[in-house]
Amino acid sequence: MKPAWMQPPRLSGRWLIILPPLVFLAIFFLIPFAFAFKISLAQTAAHVPPYTDLITLTPDHHLHLGASLDNYRFLFTDDVYGVAYLYSLRTALFSTLICLLIGYPMAYAIARSPKSAQGVLLLVIMLPFWTSFLLRVYALENIIRDNGFLNTALLHLGLISHPLRIMRTSVAVYLGIIYSYLPFMVLPLFATLEKLDPTLLEAATDLGSTPRRAFLDITLPLSIPGVIAGSMLVFIPAVGEFVIPSLLGGANTLMIGRVLWDEFFSNHDWPVASAVAIAFLLFLVGPIAIYQHYNVRQMES
Amino acid sequence: MRRAPTGVLTVLLVGIAILYLPILVLIGYSFNASPLVNIWGGFSTAWYGRLLHDSELLSAALLSLEVGVAASTCAVILGTLAATALVRFRYFHGRLLLTGMVNAPLVMPEVITGITQLLLFVSMVHLFSWPHRGFTTIVISHVTFCTAYVTVTVQARLMSADRSLEEAAMDLGASPARAFLEVTLPIIAPAIISSWLLCFTLSLDDLVISSFVAGPGASTLPMVIYAKVKLGVSPDVNALASLIVCALGLCIIGARWLMVRGERRRALDARLAAG
Repeated sequence: MKPAWMQPPRLSGRWLIILPPLVFLAIFFLIPFAFAFKISLAQTAAHVPPYTDLITLTPDHHLHLGASLDNYRFLFTDDVYGVAYLYSLRTALFSTLICLLIGYPMAYAIARSPKSAQGVLLLVIMLPFWTSFLLRVYALENIIRDNGFLNTALLHLGLISHPLRIMRTSVAVYLGIIYSYLPFMVLPLFATLEKLDPTLLEAATDLGSTPRRAFLDITLPLSIPGVIAGSMLVFIPAVGEFVIPSLLGGANTLMIGRVLWDEFFSNHDWPVASAVAIAFLLFLVGPIAIYQHYNVRQMES
Repeated sequence: MRRAPTGVLTVLLVGIAILYLPILVLIGYSFNASPLVNIWGGFSTAWYGRLLHDSELLSAALLSLEVGVAASTCAVILGTLAATALVRFRYFHGRLLLTGMVNAPLVMPEVITGITQLLLFVSMVHLFSWPHRGFTTIVISHVTFCTAYVTVTVQARLMSADRSLEEAAMDLGASPARAFLEVTLPIIAPAIISSWLLCFTLSLDDLVISSFVAGPGASTLPMVIYAKVKLGVSPDVNALASLIVCALGLCIIGARWLMVRGERRRALDARLAAG
């Protein structure tokens, strides 16, 4: 009798279902981060691929370990990265708050509509999200550029005498993020508001609450998981946004996604670009964990 | 349920108007005869005609369509398997890992997914001489994030599917696999088809990840559009953008219609069975 470990593993039907997605995602989603970490410890080199090997054999047959944290040290010494990181955080934070202010009433109104209208309204909200992100950002440029739709309309109405300068400013980036990610905010908010038990509100009204009081005491606190889920869905991709600052922003709207892109495509510095990615990831793990926590909780309830 | 106050309804309508205004203006401008994008020079479809003669654009569109079909098909298979595993098997080694890996791509910034996957592909070519950058690497990257969307969509539908039907089939002698294929699969089929359409639109739209992994030889449609858009607003891009937005819009409405029809039919069947 062979010991258990020598017998071929029994592949039951279960594993035929579990393994393909597990293995595929592990190889092509998880392991890449290990490679990025490895390359972030290397240096640039003028060959293909453009980075040094971590372990090399010296002429006197010694293994030489070429790993160093220089790239990370560089991220902290060069101001560009810190500035870009803080600028990205600030832009994402304010855009998220504005999305919340617009998205909450929208989600609330949909949750209070007749059931038959809800499906159509949700489709109307989600349709722009699914139809080309890149082209929607471009469409926004048509509206806000100096001689675009907005300025033409305002000039015709006599509300302004000079065209507003929006393109290539921070305002354009805010508008771009809010416009692109608003559906992300509405959907989770709607999901929590829709599940809210209406009898709670009735009870509050019976006990003498004004509608405003009932909203503040019941609806708002119970919708917090949706607020958090929606905010995460807007905030995290917004921090790493590349297309919007690149197309709508000016030279000074340095967001971290754009810095990473330039480091890679313009400077061809793969190790520093990897270090930016890894550092960025570390600063994102926290928010993702919180999001997951609420996500799992919501699913369970 | 009480209706929302008028103020709140106004915000909803204004919000929807803001979401659609740029797209409608874009489509309007695409029929502008004048090459000056800010002056209306009469109605014309000339810019649409010009698109047919842009060979760079056409070959990029063809590549994007091929990538979209291949990636969505693979993603639908992997995502359905992942959803089945997560819903049907409560405990298995790697469950937490799988849950994490199907949720993380949904929130991961694209620049990070793009650069890490490129570094993997470059290292793999170094070790195994495979995969060469181009069609294959773009498809693999797209399958990764599309699988996440399929899993979430199909998972939701599987959770609401009635297991007792499958149990009945097994009581009548069907094997678990056969019961799943003949009873549950038709129930979740609308979710699978509609997530295929969603994946197709996501794949067709991806710029950032494709730019990283495509390599120097291959350009997808969004990459060509991005290069054009970088130079500013132009009437032929308006025409192209309008075409794509309308095509994708139809895809989404189709996907949604399939889901709703599937749900209605199921509700009807349930009522007939109960009656």
